[in-house]
Amino acid sequence: MHKIKFYIVLITFFVIFVSCSGTKRENMSDTMQIKGSDTIVNLVQVWAEKFSQNNENLNIGVTGGGTGTGFAALLNNTCNIAMASRQAEDDEIDLAKKQNKIYKEFVVGLDGLAVLVNKNNPVNNLTIEQLRDIFMAKITNWKEVGGEDRPIVLLSRESNSGTHMFFKEHVIRLNDEKSKDEFSLKALLMPSSQAIVDEISQNPNAIGYVGIGFMESQTKTLLISAKGTTEFFKPTIENVMLGKYPISRPLYLYTNGEPTGIVKKFIDYTLSPEGQKVVVETDFVPITTNNK
Amino acid sequence: MNRKLIDSIIEKIIFLCGIIAIVFVVLIFGFLLKEGFYFFKDYGVFKFVLGQYWYPSSSPAVFGVFALIIGSLLVTLGAALIAVPLGIMTALFISELAPKGVRDVLKSIVELMAAIPSIVLGFVGMVTLVPFIRTAFNIPTGLTAFSGSIVLAFMAMPTIVSISEDAIRSVPWSYKEGAYALGATKWQTIRRVVLKAAMPGIIAAVMLGIGRVIGETMAVLMVTGNASAIPTSIFDPVRTLTATIATEMGETVRGGLHYRALFAIGLVLFSITFIINFIADLFLNKNSKKG
Repeated sequence: MHKIKFYIVLITFFVIFVSCSGTKRENMSDTMQIKGSDTIVNLVQVWAEKFSQNNENLNIGVTGGGTGTGFAALLNNTCNIAMASRQAEDDEIDLAKKQNKIYKEFVVGLDGLAVLVNKNNPVNNLTIEQLRDIFMAKITNWKEVGGEDRPIVLLSRESNSGTHMFFKEHVIRLNDEKSKDEFSLKALLMPSSQAIVDEISQNPNAIGYVGIGFMESQTKTLLISAKGTTEFFKPTIENVMLGKYPISRPLYLYTNGEPTGIVKKFIDYTLSPEGQKVVVETDFVPITTNNK
Repeated sequence: MNRKLIDSIIEKIIFLCGIIAIVFVVLIFGFLLKEGFYFFKDYGVFKFVLGQYWYPSSSPAVFGVFALIIGSLLVTLGAALIAVPLGIMTALFISELAPKGVRDVLKSIVELMAAIPSIVLGFVGMVTLVPFIRTAFNIPTGLTAFSGSIVLAFMAMPTIVSISEDAIRSVPWSYKEGAYALGATKWQTIRRVVLKAAMPGIIAAVMLGIGRVIGETMAVLMVTGNASAIPTSIFDPVRTLTATIATEMGETVRGGLHYRALFAIGLVLFSITFIINFIADLFLNKNSKKG
């Protein structure tokens, strides 16, 4: 009797297994993996949800890990689309060429980096040069920039984060490609943007940067001036779109070669007016038509 | 005939199971050596071990792990200084002093402590310990080596307590009876007789606890701040070897220099834990010869 039961269970499992793998094979082209930048992972997740509402058999997996992770995954064939908050670097492109792959780049939105401090910090604005000196530990006390007599604690993201690279290129190196300047070794490398917000909200000494999608009411956002000027701007969507706020950047999706099939449909969707509406809803900045 | 055949087959299966652990350790070590060796050939051992700058994503990339080694050792040392006295005292209390009811409760609580996942400890530490340390010691940030040490001390405690408790309990009754017969007080007996006889076991417990601490990743990552500057005190933020591997392995491309640098870090870690285990083994053997 027990043996018969055992066989029935076994056969049922076998049938389920076969039927599952059968359906999987049919819909192979309808699963899509998207990996990369933590900055836009929320945005792409909303895109993926809305897009798969119209495509019932479609399975989209969206995971973060950092821009570098996305590029590596694209090369290792573990994802179809890489999310990036910076452009692919020369050595990444070279490595792709060695494997006969070509990155195809799409600008899908804009992002600004907000510089955050604790609510009790009296400092309201910084020039981008002051910001640079702070993160290179040339300025180490808040009183040097008009604040209280407190040491400055630097909060940065991990080096695999697109945000880290962007800040380094646009603030630390002030867009000078020949510059070899680096973050101070004293900068704390935090594992996530949320960890930066958490530390700033309870530490009056801290300063850090996050994507404007991450701005929170528990912290204070500083106004920043562009290089060589003293007119300060808040990282609002308008200021980023008009190019007034200096620490802003494009956001990218990358595919391996010209996209086809469902991948192409997805990218077309993100660039459509409907897709760009999602960009605004998730606190990023849409691309204007003349940007394209 | 048939029975003998089954016997020999089962014997072989058991032999295979036994040998598998060895095979895996050898394979892992071989893999680490291979990748690490490529890296040392390309980059240089001394530049790697004694280098003070860790800028893996700059071009050209700089891989100096000196600050990370110091960070790992500092956090571990701090954890040992907290966990060792506390752990041994707890073990003594459980095995020698506590009344039976208290002993059972305490023992099961210590065992429960070992079951707390490290990420939970790290999270609790981040939310409660970090702000507290900043205000209590009036330092710029609570994300310091000291916070890491406290969290790790919690993780090493159960190992130290349960193994040294075993060691203390295996001290023969006749030793204690002899001491009492000579007129020694309870404290004199514990200090001069029990602790002395159990010492090899206690040292092994400490080493195993430290081995666990130096390999721990997530909890440390969340509370030490991860700044790769060489710390000047235990109240500075530090970055450990394990945290570096954990945060950076995602971005590396297989076969690249950065990928191999992380394996070289693994090799450094492996060497450190190997030395610790070796010392622990030495003491354990000494113990078993005595008993």
